[in-house]
Amino acid sequence: MTDLAESLATIDQIETGPKRKRLALVASKGTLDAAYPPLILATTAASLGWEVGIYFTFYGLDILHDDRYQKLKMPALANPAGPIRLPTFVGAIPGATAAATKVMKRWMKRSRMPDVAEFIEMAQGLDVTFFACATTMGVMGVEEGDLIAGCDIAGAAKFLDYAAGADVQLFV
Amino acid sequence: MTQANEVGAIEVTDVLDTSGLLCPLPVYQAALALKKLQPGDVLELICTDPGSLEDIPALARQRQDVLLAVDDQTGVQKFWIEKGEDA
Repeated sequence: MTDLAESLATIDQIETGPKRKRLALVASKGTLDAAYPPLILATTAASLGWEVGIYFTFYGLDILHDDRYQKLKMPALANPAGPIRLPTFVGAIPGATAAATKVMKRWMKRSRMPDVAEFIEMAQGLDVTFFACATTMGVMGVEEGDLIAGCDIAGAAKFLDYAAGADVQLFV
Repeated sequence: MTQANEVGAIEVTDVLDTSGLLCPLPVYQAALALKKLQPGDVLELICTDPGSLEDIPALARQRQDVLLAVDDQTGVQKFWIEKGEDA
C-alpha cells in the first residue's frame, strides 16, 4: 500500500470505524422451500453483525407480497427431492402440491423452525433491507400497497450499486 | 482458550439454552442475548445443533467477541463468549 492510501485508510477507520461486512442476496423464487435459504442466510449474517440486503425479484417478490407470503407452496412437480418421493409426473396430479406443502410445513414445525412470516419479522428486526424489484412489480402488476411494510423499491442498478459494496453476493 | 475443566472459574453474566433448536436460531438468539450485554460480560450458551460447534466460533469471530471456552464432552455443547469491545 502507498503511504497516501495507507493514511487515507487510517483516516477512514478513525472516522467510521472498521467497515461492516455486507451481504447482498437475490431471492428469485417464490416457492416455500426456496423462501427459506435467503431468509436464513440474511438473519444469520445480520446476527453476525453484517449489513444485509435482499433483492426480491420475479417470483421471489411473492415473499414480500402481503397476500401471498403466508401461502407459498411447496412444488411437488419437478422437485424429486421434495417431501413426497414419487415419480415427478405425480406432481401434476391435483392435490400433490397441497400435500407436499403440508408435509414441508410439518417438517419445519417439528424442527421448531420459524415459518416464513416469523423469518421476515426476525430479518426486519435486524434491519435487513428488503429491496422489491421495480420491474417485477410493473410486469406482474404489483403495487407498493400490495407489499409488506418497510420494503425499498429498487431497480437493478440500485441493487447492483448496493451489491458492488458487498463482501458476499449470492443468488438464490 | 480456557480448558474445559477450568470453566468453573469463568464469571457468567447470562445463560442461554438453545437445546433442540437448529441453525439459524442458536446464532440468532445468541446475537440477541449478546446485544443486551456490556463489553466484558460473558454469555454461557448451550447448543445441541451439531452445526453449532463451528457456527458459534464463527459468530464470535465475526462479531469480534472472545470465545473463552468450549465444552462438547457430553453431547451437549457449551460455549462461553465474552462480549467484545467493538461488538
